[in-house]
Amino acid sequence: MPTFVYMTRCDGCGHCVDICPSDIMHIDKTYRRAYNIEPSMCWECYACVKACPQNAIDMRGYADFAPLGHSVRVQRDEKKGTIAWKIKFRNGTEKNFLSPITTKPWGTAIPKLAEVPGPSKEMRDGQLLYNEPKWIRMDDGGLRTLEAAGLKLKTGVYY
Amino acid sequence: MAETIIEDGIDVLVVGAGLGGTGAAWEARFWGQNKKIVIAEKANIDRSGAVAQGLYAINCYMGTRWGENNPEDHVRYARIDLMGLVREDLLFDMARHVDSTVHQFEEWGLPIMKDPKTGRYLREGRWQIMIHGESYKPIVAEAAKKSADKVFNRICVTHLLMDDGRENRVAGAVGFNVRTGDYHVFKAKTVICGAGGASNIFKPRSVGEGAGRTWYAPWSSASAYGLMINAGAKMTQMENRIVLARFKDGYGPVGAYFLHLKTYTQNCLGEEYESKWFPALQQMVGKEYLDPEASHLTHRPIPTCLRNHCIISEVNAGRGPIHMVTMRAFQDPHLEEVGWENFLGMTVGQAVLWAATDVDPKNENPELTTSEPYVMGSHATCSGAWCSGPEDISPPEYFWGYNRMTTIEGLFGAGDAVGGTPHAFSSGSFTEGRLAAKAACKYIDDGKAEGIVVSDEQIERRKAEIFKPLEHYRIHRNAVVAGDVNPHYINPKQGLERLQKLMDEYCGGVTVSYMTNEKLLNIGLKKLSIMEEDLESLAAKDLHELLRAWELKHRHRAAECVTQHTLFRKETRWPGYYYRGDAMKVDDANWHVLTVSRRDPKSGEYTMEKAPCYHLVGDEVA
Repeated sequence: MPTFVYMTRCDGCGHCVDICPSDIMHIDKTYRRAYNIEPSMCWECYACVKACPQNAIDMRGYADFAPLGHSVRVQRDEKKGTIAWKIKFRNGTEKNFLSPITTKPWGTAIPKLAEVPGPSKEMRDGQLLYNEPKWIRMDDGGLRTLEAAGLKLKTGVYY
Repeated sequence: MAETIIEDGIDVLVVGAGLGGTGAAWEARFWGQNKKIVIAEKANIDRSGAVAQGLYAINCYMGTRWGENNPEDHVRYARIDLMGLVREDLLFDMARHVDSTVHQFEEWGLPIMKDPKTGRYLREGRWQIMIHGESYKPIVAEAAKKSADKVFNRICVTHLLMDDGRENRVAGAVGFNVRTGDYHVFKAKTVICGAGGASNIFKPRSVGEGAGRTWYAPWSSASAYGLMINAGAKMTQMENRIVLARFKDGYGPVGAYFLHLKTYTQNCLGEEYESKWFPALQQMVGKEYLDPEASHLTHRPIPTCLRNHCIISEVNAGRGPIHMVTMRAFQDPHLEEVGWENFLGMTVGQAVLWAATDVDPKNENPELTTSEPYVMGSHATCSGAWCSGPEDISPPEYFWGYNRMTTIEGLFGAGDAVGGTPHAFSSGSFTEGRLAAKAACKYIDDGKAEGIVVSDEQIERRKAEIFKPLEHYRIHRNAVVAGDVNPHYINPKQGLERLQKLMDEYCGGVTVSYMTNEKLLNIGLKKLSIMEEDLESLAAKDLHELLRAWELKHRHRAAECVTQHTLFRKETRWPGYYYRGDAMKVDDANWHVLTVSRRDPKSGEYTMEKAPCYHLVGDEVA
């Protein structure tokens, strides 16, 4: 279901142009509003719909296989950390869903690795990655090795 | 005329910031705290790559700290699912690190569902955990942005730069800004290729607007392969394309349905159909690869391709469509919610399609189909570059100094770019990026990237090549009154349609039920070669079409490599992905090997070889 843009809602701000992964939301030069220039390269990913401050972008299911008369609308709320969906069927049935999108305030939970203590020489020469061996073992042991697992790599046909 | 913008002195250049690239950029900062780390991304890093839309599951998590699985268990699973042929050193390495990646995601705010009884991550299947992943990509993008010195969005990288002072060493990358048309030159000591696999190289089932509803993202333009093959990197298992059994038309995912909702499939008569195809299939592949009784007893999976084979066979026998039996599971309101949110989290289009067609899976069982083929390296398939493994694991044939380094010095891979590592999915791809970043920093610290020379001639030659389609359009457009029919050029859409048609018909696409043979493949190669001549006459009327032109060139190169590999492997290793009609059996005596190709960048000739396939074997067997 490719995107389309309501003429009366779009103010030409370009948020959809900035975010579209497929480079298909462009500003029409005459109307100064956004539109989908290449529907057959639209994945219906909703990135532009979620980014539109005017709720001006919607979807109309792919003409190849989707009859008219449906709607799937979304509200993504970064502050609340939620996403709300409303599905309307062609026959009028409605379904609503609400999900979290993050558990932490944006921009706060990810450390700057330029500012953490750097790796030791031992760590550089070994196989560990940043912050390991945290999370990778049940016990206090290090990284899994073939020796620890009692394994060898051999050529031949094994299943 | 386009400005030339040179970014110099880069230590680590990340090309393509999907899950592999963001992992690389993030981790590179730890190992290279004073290094210059730069990202070049075709779209906007906040919503780019295969996870742009979100994900509802992380399909690669061991749970080692809970005693759920060990890395070698995952290797054995990937091995049987791919009919024996994978890079087990790379897989073991990815699997032993992946849990640290996933727990890190949770610390960063990714909502991971918990099992209320155990407090552990909620399992969808043995390897899969369930998440609310609508913002998965913005979260990992934030991590990458915190580590990178600069992020260049909207740069379509077209070529890797090569060292003019030393053969076979990378020196950066070049491309153009899709918005401004500026020519961008990135001079770098190392490059980590995190670019994407290939959608849209085979003719899709939906050829109108619906062509956009690909299984893998339409912007996954085979650039991982186009860039690396053109630079002369060795590739592996490129014949191992994947076909997906998915909900019809929308290609909505089925993993949660099978594993969590316990739905199952049946033919149009309401019958179980899989088992009746097993005896004949066992004749083709051998009991080693298909042993339903053993699978039943030990939970050893039946390979994905073989399950596809049953669907294809049943449909061809006239008992389609295949239905997913959802009506029972969806009576439970919680499971119904999971079923819908699964789509809304990663394939909204399937929800739209069901709304448009009044399909409520509570009241009727939706149709399934098998998709057109895709070429990628992180799902149930493993096409990609031939890369070095880690020093403490890899045998000599798999090791040349730096983990995840391709056969080009200084060029590393992550995600779809790395061959032989299926079932990495999002978390494994991010982990591979981390591994590549550590190795790239080490490569620089070891002094391996000293004295790189990039001549002005190389920079200018690439520039002329990149912008040629715009120039070609300007010169020839007025030869005709109006319209897109012009004897001097084709446009990118016309070219893509030609590529898809020939790959479909000659290389085992959907309209021929995935069948090909030596004769067909040779014709296909001839047509691809002629098409390459026409790609010199590609015309782009604006920057958007220039982007599509370069995506097409990358797709074409990947398609050629896929065809070469398919021709080389004279057996049918993965029935249900494709069939070699002239060699319809698995042939372990001759083909229990990994296929490795190299295209000579000067002559365009391919060299094919067999590389040994090593397996993890317990002491009792060894």
